[in-house]
Amino acid sequence: MEDLNFQHQVRARAGGTRQSAIVGVVASGNLEVLVERSLPDAECAVDIKTAAVGFGAVWSAVIGDFVERYSPGGLKFSINDGGARPDTVSLRLAQAVRLIAEAGQ
Amino acid sequence: MTAPLKDITPAERARSTSFYEASARTRLELLLDAGSFVEFIGPEQREVSPHLKIFDLPEQFDDGIVVGHGRLDGSPVFVAAQEGRFMGGAFGEVHGAKLTGLLRAARRISSIPVLILFDTGGVRLQEANAGELAIAEIMRAVMEARSAGAKVIGLIGGRSGCYGGGGLIAGCCSALIVSEPGRIAVSGPEVIETNRGIEEFDSRDRALVWRTMGGKHRRLLGAADVFADDNVQDFREAALELLGLLGPFGLDRLKAEQRRLADRLRSFGDCGDAVDIWTAEGIAHAEAVPELPADQFIALANRIGRTSRDAR
Amino acid sequence: MTLDNILASLFPDGHEVRNDKGVILGSATLRSGGRMLVLGVADRTALGVDEAIRLSGHVLESIDRDSGPILVLVDSDSQRMSKRDEMLGLNEFLAHLAKVLIHADMNGRPTIGLLYGHSAAGALLATGLATRVLVGLPGADPAVMDLPSMAKVTKLSMEALQEKAKSTPVFAPGLSNLAQMGAVHMTWSNATSLADPLEALLAGLPAVQDRRDALGKERGGRLKATEIAERVHDLALQAR
Repeated sequence: MEDLNFQHQVRARAGGTRQSAIVGVVASGNLEVLVERSLPDAECAVDIKTAAVGFGAVWSAVIGDFVERYSPGGLKFSINDGGARPDTVSLRLAQAVRLIAEAGQ
Repeated sequence: MTAPLKDITPAERARSTSFYEASARTRLELLLDAGSFVEFIGPEQREVSPHLKIFDLPEQFDDGIVVGHGRLDGSPVFVAAQEGRFMGGAFGEVHGAKLTGLLRAARRISSIPVLILFDTGGVRLQEANAGELAIAEIMRAVMEARSAGAKVIGLIGGRSGCYGGGGLIAGCCSALIVSEPGRIAVSGPEVIETNRGIEEFDSRDRALVWRTMGGKHRRLLGAADVFADDNVQDFREAALELLGLLGPFGLDRLKAEQRRLADRLRSFGDCGDAVDIWTAEGIAHAEAVPELPADQFIALANRIGRTSRDAR
Repeated sequence: MTLDNILASLFPDGHEVRNDKGVILGSATLRSGGRMLVLGVADRTALGVDEAIRLSGHVLESIDRDSGPILVLVDSDSQRMSKRDEMLGLNEFLAHLAKVLIHADMNGRPTIGLLYGHSAAGALLATGLATRVLVGLPGADPAVMDLPSMAKVTKLSMEALQEKAKSTPVFAPGLSNLAQMGAVHMTWSNATSLADPLEALLAGLPAVQDRRDALGKERGGRLKATEIAERVHDLALQAR
């Protein structure tokens, strides 16, 4: 297992009122993303535990692209990864942002 | 973007969602009244398995089971759903303890039924002793809850089936709902083949697996009370129907189960294959049972009329 | 210790217990004068549908007729792994046996398991683990999962597994590991009469409540189970 951690300054706070949301499952080629509204509005953090060791540069690129595109300010993402491909990671991150942007608790 | 989804009712969405394909969380969301689910010890609490790191394996924030409280047609229910894709839905220490705690609460508040959405290969190997013991505690807790008057219903239709100790817990429930892909057994096909050889059981023969352990066979035997089509709405309606039918548990149930199982051994103990059992039940063209669509199969099963109601 | 030796040591005042093809059925006289129903699995026999239905029937017949505690002796293989047993619904037969034992225990017929040989998986769940108090005898070698099978699934070497087993009781076979988890309540010595600890246990039986998770925590084998179960329990009571 490898632990990775990314922190970004972002332009705007993420929309919605939900405090947390979860998408995905931990399985081969899949991952779960837990997102929580727990940071200052201009910050975003991503903590990753991955079964695939040595892909830090790929994660950095995928996360950088995601933050640029969605501006997920105030959100903390916690990821358990079973060795997902980058496109699956991008999909789950987008699903997580969409889910926490819904109305609800 | 989500506008088309808003036009369909929750029931329509549940009807068009495969129970087999859905995640544990989606199953619960669509099984219960919309928006009624409240989770106990949710993923944000990060109560992960303390043992997987010994094996350098990834954890899941809910340890592969979602437990909580919700409403079914307005009435409160306790629910537990296993995620069959995480470690095969297997029972570990934390995973099992969440279900144990829920059942112990049902013993105290016996007016609230428990729905268990099984999706499990059995004991999680990496924490085998803790998982085995968790299953023993769950079996005890199911019987204590039922003895106090609570109804405990098992829903089986997930990709990992209901194997190993999961099969024993299912055997302790007040009633079972099963769909065609929902397999129920103790030893899985691969386990039998590994231990006894391919002559005893060819695990790659999928037709053999389905007719020996699958939902249709279990329904015909009377091991499962209701056969559901593979969608969440069918499971919801079956659960509602069963909740209205189930009576209290007592010694008479165990005596009736002894007679029911002894009768099964006498009637079918010499059969070599499930098709022989179905033929012995008087089903013409028994070999075609696996191909029957759900409505025709349900009519057939009702005509055969085997049930474990009041006898489990 | 052989089954005959164990029975003679447990019941010096006599017993009518027979071992029929690995299925133990009978009853015995306690030193205190009462009777004890005896059942179980011997000779490392696999527990299949044919064995399980006889065992559950033995208990059910006794429930209406007798009183007194119930002893479950265990030296079994795993559940019987066969097409026939699974086709006939082995999960129901094993669950039924466990349910009958649990019901008896909850209704005035306290159950004691005595693990004197091997056992594994579904067979252990339906017998020893379905009793109120599970006792181990020295030399018993339960294995929920054997290490060669684990090595195959986890793709780890036997050496690596044995090394890991030194630091945790959570997965490796053996009586002491199951004791640390809270599954085996106590181990008796077989150097002296088994009647003494049996009578002592019957005189001071623990309450019917399942405390195996708390026991596992006290012994350092399962640190999370009892806390998680209690938290869910408390949240569920509040959710009404």
